[in-house]
Amino acid sequence: MTSTVVENKSFSLKLFTSVFIVFWLLIAAFPFFWTFWGSFKVELDFFSKENWMNAITGIRTFREHGEHFTGAGYEGAWIQEDFWKAVINTALVCLFVVCTSLTIGTLGAYALSRSGFRYAFWLLILALVFRAMPPITLVAGYLLPFFEWGLWGKLSTTVVVLVAINQPFTLWMLHSFFQKIPKELDESAMVDGCTNFQAFRYVILPVMWPGVITTGLFSFLLAYNDFAVTAMLLSKENQTMVPKIASFLGTTQTEGNVMFAVAAVVSAIVPLFFLVMFFQRQIVSGLTAGAVKG
Amino acid sequence: MLLFIFLPIISVVTQSLHIDHEQVFVEVENCDFFGCKKAMAVDTEATEQLRAEQPLGRFVGLDNYFNRSHLASSEIATAWKNSDSFGEFYDQVYNLPLYRAIIFTLVYTFTVTPLLIILGFLIAIGVNSLHRHLKGFVIFFSLLPMIVTPLVGSLILFWMIDSRGIIGSSLQHLFNDPNLSLKASTSLTWITLMVYGVWHSAPFAFVIFYAGLQTLPQDTLESAMIDGASRWERIRYVVIPHLMPLVTFVALIQLMDNFRVFEPIVGFNASAHATSLSSIIFSDLGGESRLLSSASTTSVLTILGVIVLLSPVLYRTWRDWERKV
Repeated sequence: MTSTVVENKSFSLKLFTSVFIVFWLLIAAFPFFWTFWGSFKVELDFFSKENWMNAITGIRTFREHGEHFTGAGYEGAWIQEDFWKAVINTALVCLFVVCTSLTIGTLGAYALSRSGFRYAFWLLILALVFRAMPPITLVAGYLLPFFEWGLWGKLSTTVVVLVAINQPFTLWMLHSFFQKIPKELDESAMVDGCTNFQAFRYVILPVMWPGVITTGLFSFLLAYNDFAVTAMLLSKENQTMVPKIASFLGTTQTEGNVMFAVAAVVSAIVPLFFLVMFFQRQIVSGLTAGAVKG
Repeated sequence: MLLFIFLPIISVVTQSLHIDHEQVFVEVENCDFFGCKKAMAVDTEATEQLRAEQPLGRFVGLDNYFNRSHLASSEIATAWKNSDSFGEFYDQVYNLPLYRAIIFTLVYTFTVTPLLIILGFLIAIGVNSLHRHLKGFVIFFSLLPMIVTPLVGSLILFWMIDSRGIIGSSLQHLFNDPNLSLKASTSLTWITLMVYGVWHSAPFAFVIFYAGLQTLPQDTLESAMIDGASRWERIRYVVIPHLMPLVTFVALIQLMDNFRVFEPIVGFNASAHATSLSSIIFSDLGGESRLLSSASTTSVLTILGVIVLLSPVLYRTWRDWERKV
């Protein structure tokens, strides 16, 4: 830019902005670091009545374990309480939800975006209504038939339900990505002798990757974060991470076992932490895609 | 998709019209040394059989909707007749579970949404003036509260505000009251839940507004500066009007999200002080007895609420669409 009007910010304004941002960072990030740090302590340090410095220095941890850090919480959660099973279940559920909803989503959204206008409108309405409806209202409807048919408590059932709840949103998001791809692209592919499916597979999909990845991220987050559906539809042996953590709270309020839950919570956050780190750009673009579209 | 979206809704509606079978009573004669007595006893076998034959239960029509744990029409009517002031009426209504949930859900929705929009806007303005290299870093940490699983996020805060946790004990220190506990009183629990709500959703508003700030027309800003607009005036007359459509968008999304507030109540273990519509469905379903019909009734009412809440938006989308076609 050649003609920039010089912005001369006053010192006090600069100071105020920086202080505000630092303050926000503290609010946003501090709880995570605090819990991460505390998860390596014993309960009496993490919940210290006498002095909050204990949680940082770990005096009692040292007294009990001979070290300032202890993996006892993790050991208890992962081995004693079988948290590893829940982790595997979560991985399975997320993998299948993402794969299924992307397969249905890309094919369906492609078809919708190449057809008339009316579909798109109803799709948007559906996506909106489902965004607004608490998933738990539907769960009440699933329960009875699932009991009757003996489908309750299985991982596969949960996957299907999660996919179904998520599908309108996935379709809408992919649809808006497909709309950006000019129709001429697949027309020219067809002129060159591609069948309809080949045009989709070799021409459209490669262009679509960023959109597919963003949508996949969001359906992953939905499956990973869901509590209402998984807590109600899974039997105790098949629980995923989030309901497992909730059940820790109910059963292990006794002394010492709170740290199991703390350790489990930290274990559940770590994957998300890396997810945000690597896919920050996609998450931001996915969030704003909806907004720009209106 | 049709199968999994419309069938459950139909199933919910049907279930809401039924209630559990009453237990089947049989008359049994207990004869002992002193003579025979006739007594009523529960015939477990017959009850089980009846339940197996008709798992839906008895058909009761709309009774479920008007009983005490839902719309409670008769209770409301008596309360209205018997109470002298509005406050008294409110107290009585507040004791009915469904109305308590509705009140909390509405208060939560309409307090949290404006607050998080303001906070998100301030952060976006602040971050926008930062140096380029710092921005990515700040955005990364700002996203965390939003991405993290709601239940997990609320648990983290719950442990921190515990009277032995860091925030809880600092507050005790600050107010010099060793018995202060954020979990004990209803109003403090509400405030905590709302603070959590703002913390959780402000990043969303921030990201959207930040993206909006990138598309700010520089020419308009410059001409405003040349015309002598102060920094505040530029924000007020250029930036805010530019972001206005986004504000509507964020408000809409957040209204919907906050309306289904649920996980924090479980995480904060706050169901004694605050219940939302979703959480009463959950506790109905999760209890020993699985009150399916009661849960379904609340579900239907919630869905109706969502539709009422959404109807202006739906109407507007429809109108815009008509114009486009």
